[in-house]
Amino acid sequence: MENSISFKLKVWRQKDAKSQGQFVTYDVNDIPTDTSFLEMLDILNEQLVEKGEEPIHFDHDCREGICGMCSLYINGHPHGPATGATTCQLYMRRFHDGDTITVEPWRSAAFPVIKDLMVNRNALDQIQQAGGYVSFNTGGAQDANAIPISKVAADEAMDSASCIGCGACVAACKNGSAMLFVSAKVSQFALLPQGKAEAKKRVKAMLSKMDELGFGNCTNTGACAAECPKNIKLSNIARLNREFICAKCAD
Amino acid sequence: MEETMNKTAQPVIDSKIPEGPIAEKWTNYKAHQKLVNPANKRRLDIIVVGTGLAGASAAATLGEMGFNVLNFCIQDSPRRAHSIAAQGGINAAKNYQNDGDSVYRLFYDTVKGGDYRAREANVYRLAEVSNNIIDQCVAQGVPFAREYGGLLANRSFGGAQVSRTFYAKGQTGQQLLLGAYSSLNRQINAGKVKSYNRYEMHDVVIIDGRARGIIAKNLVTGKLERFAAHAVVIATGGYGNTYFLSTNAMACNCSAAMACYRKGAMFANPAYVQIHPTCIPVHGDKQSKLTLMSESLRNDGRIWVPKNIEDAKKLQAGEIKGSDIPEKERDYYLERRYPAFGNLVPRDVASRAAKERCDKGYGVNNTGLAVFLDFSEAINRLGIDVIRQRYGNLFDMYEEITDVNPGELANEIDGVKYYNPMMIYPAIHYTMGGIWVDYELQTSVKGLFAIGECNFSDHGANRLGASALMQGLADGYFVLPYTIQNYLSDQITVPRFSTDTPEFEAAEKAVQDNLDRLMSIQGKRSVDSIHKELGHIMWEYVGMGRTREGLETALQKLKELRKEFETNLFIPGTQEGMNNELDKAFRLRDFIAMGELIAYDALSRNESCGGHFREEYQTEEGEAKRDDENYFYVSCWKYNGSDETAPTQVKEPLHYEAIKVQTRNYKN
Ligand SMILES: Cc1cc2nc3c(=O)[nH]c(=O)nc-3n(C[C@H](O)[C@H](O)[C@H](O)COP(=O)(O)OP(=O)(O)OC[C@H]3O[C@@H](n4cnc5c(N)ncnc54)[C@H](O)[C@@H]3O)c2cc1C
Ligand code: SF4
Ligand code: FES
Repeated sequence: MENSISFKLKVWRQKDAKSQGQFVTYDVNDIPTDTSFLEMLDILNEQLVEKGEEPIHFDHDCREGICGMCSLYINGHPHGPATGATTCQLYMRRFHDGDTITVEPWRSAAFPVIKDLMVNRNALDQIQQAGGYVSFNTGGAQDANAIPISKVAADEAMDSASCIGCGACVAACKNGSAMLFVSAKVSQFALLPQGKAEAKKRVKAMLSKMDELGFGNCTNTGACAAECPKNIKLSNIARLNREFICAKCAD
Repeated sequence: MEETMNKTAQPVIDSKIPEGPIAEKWTNYKAHQKLVNPANKRRLDIIVVGTGLAGASAAATLGEMGFNVLNFCIQDSPRRAHSIAAQGGINAAKNYQNDGDSVYRLFYDTVKGGDYRAREANVYRLAEVSNNIIDQCVAQGVPFAREYGGLLANRSFGGAQVSRTFYAKGQTGQQLLLGAYSSLNRQINAGKVKSYNRYEMHDVVIIDGRARGIIAKNLVTGKLERFAAHAVVIATGGYGNTYFLSTNAMACNCSAAMACYRKGAMFANPAYVQIHPTCIPVHGDKQSKLTLMSESLRNDGRIWVPKNIEDAKKLQAGEIKGSDIPEKERDYYLERRYPAFGNLVPRDVASRAAKERCDKGYGVNNTGLAVFLDFSEAINRLGIDVIRQRYGNLFDMYEEITDVNPGELANEIDGVKYYNPMMIYPAIHYTMGGIWVDYELQTSVKGLFAIGECNFSDHGANRLGASALMQGLADGYFVLPYTIQNYLSDQITVPRFSTDTPEFEAAEKAVQDNLDRLMSIQGKRSVDSIHKELGHIMWEYVGMGRTREGLETALQKLKELRKEFETNLFIPGTQEGMNNELDKAFRLRDFIAMGELIAYDALSRNESCGGHFREEYQTEEGEAKRDDENYFYVSCWKYNGSDETAPTQVKEPLHYEAIKVQTRNYKN
């Protein structure tokens, strides 16, 4: 705890979806650098509550980088400046004494603000509901080893399946496209024999849902993959495009 | 033994265990249970609260069967339930490795690991359906780890001599939950499941002695809403956050379970709380949660503290580092005490041994509450590349949090290379206790079921690694969807309910009154400050080492804490819209009640077993001393109408037919 820093925190405050929001700046003092970013917000919130003010609302749950609940656009980056990490895995040693740190919610047409830094990401669930599954009923499965799957394909499917559904890719994209998110799921199933039977239907259904929900188009700028905390690769989008063309040709 | 059994046995408890030999009970049950035909399923509504492995798998399967399901969770998406964070893996008795595994062996290991305090019949069924789970998940497209030949890979876990754990990198819980979530999505798309996110159940509604609905708060609007159904299933996870600091996610809570308890469902074995030995130690009083370092590290890491108290003092003062202490000055206390299992003893044993060393003053960090987990020997033997391949992601995670890289060469003494050790300490991780359920997973309230970590059923006094995921999915995919039909079969003539009944009215009013009361206290203290105090009391007196005196102190302190909560709590804002502080306060009230329940149970159990260690009951060598003569039962607690009154204990005696009860031995 040798090291502590003090800084200004410029935070987006917004009462609810209907109200206008604005930035409010707080002086935050003597934060040990081994504090996580969210613990720093906890400390500030505790001080706000002590003063009788409402704390800053933000989403979080596991605080281990796996649930995808935390968000925050910090100094112009979704999940902050660290690469390969979510906001909850960001530590204050990344910042310096005297900094001004700007914190905003995810900004995207498809993610309306609920309160302060919390947004509504239901649209991501709706895309999954449109086709992000294998259609079969519980109990009907054959033995798990009946179909061998090459380790290479299984590992690659696992990499795609690592998407935590946080929506940082959407927040990073100038078009507000959810293409990286959709392609991760499409790829996982495209790589596995279990997903093949419905591949064509799936890719079309998920993409048309994405369009319907107000996400933008993909123009291959790659900001999504650069900011994705789980290193979901752009090659997933290439695979999705191939799958989509195949599906269209079959129409 | 028989005599004690009869003395403690009380007629109130019917666990509904089917007749017949253990291996045939579940088959017999399914052959004779009542079912609901497809046309009638459409007329029946089921509420499932929770979207973790248990809740999501149950909701999806019930939807597939044709029931109408209403599914609730606190998070903004079902996929974010706490199950997502499970790392290590899931057990099944597939015997793909041909190493002698079988349903019986998995059953036996689970009962033994649970220190002979689980119900035999439930555990056998769990082991029996474990294989179906793996088949199910593979069919869903869960990308389990595979061998080069294309078949599924396995690893071994503490407390077992076979390799039966299936895994997906270090993200098994995530992949299993995403599998269940995908099945759930299919049912949502089909209109069979309606999903309510950012909703929190506040109470269960009972009509004529049966669970008929819930009152839930829409966390976005702040409004209370009523939901009716023919049956209610609770899948709301464990109560580890009673201790404030734990490995559980921030929203994990026991409020739904407490609501059921206050409405007449018994709570079983609350004292059985699992403390995981390998977590990153507490670093300051601002910390919000503890991070688990996977148990798999104990395969290659060696746990130690200094032999000399002087070295420990220097470590605590920051004058030297772990790597300054040469091999011969190190005390590998697990290897010393448990030569046969060494660093791989079960979680409860490893945790207590760490506490014992730290209590004696040998702790290795500034607070004196940490021990070393060292990879030097493994790195010198296998090379850093091999070790990084195995644990690289965990090393990175450790470094991100602590700024120390455990794979870094730090010192060389007499030609021996020493690498930075990790520091670890035990932390609250999992709760074996929970809502009491019978063999059908029904609670003591008709029509109210409990599945997953929130019930007490399968792990006895201690849970083995990789068995919680197995239980959650067993309950949700393969057990509850059957057993609930036995209950629903005579409900088909009951029409859909209106929520405009006096019972719903009264339940909503009580919930509203509770919220109004919390808002009106207007004292001085934040929710978190009181929750932290609760955590300190629990960890100090109801934690790893419990005594009669300490537990009595705890009960006294908890009483005072409740008073502080009720008179000095402050919640800013209003009830309109989202108010996190109010939601946390609602949960904290139940954590305090839960804390008392744990203490009552721990006080009543005058023996040490599994996760419950009473210091008065240990052998000369400091090992847990069980008392099968007097404590071979499930301890159930009944609510007495008010949080202030002590609950009543009811005992469900255990009967073992298949397994001989023995002392656990990990020494030789
Ligand atoms: C860090 C960590 C690692 C673990 N690793 C493993 C492992 O490797 N292997 C293993 O077998 N086990 C592991 N476990 C244990 C295992 O993850 C859990 O026991 C299991 O996932 C619990 O699942 P569940 O479905 O019962 O509950 P949860 O996953 O906790 O889900 C609870 C659900 O209930 C909802 N809920 C709660 N209260 C309410 C309410 N009042 N109203 C509405 N909704 C509510 C929540 O929103 C959530 O959807 C691990 C646990 C932790 C903490
Ligand atoms: S692709 Fe990456 S950024 Fe997008 S939702 Fe998934 S994990 Fe988040
Ligand atoms: S809080 Fe779960 S990923 Fe950040």
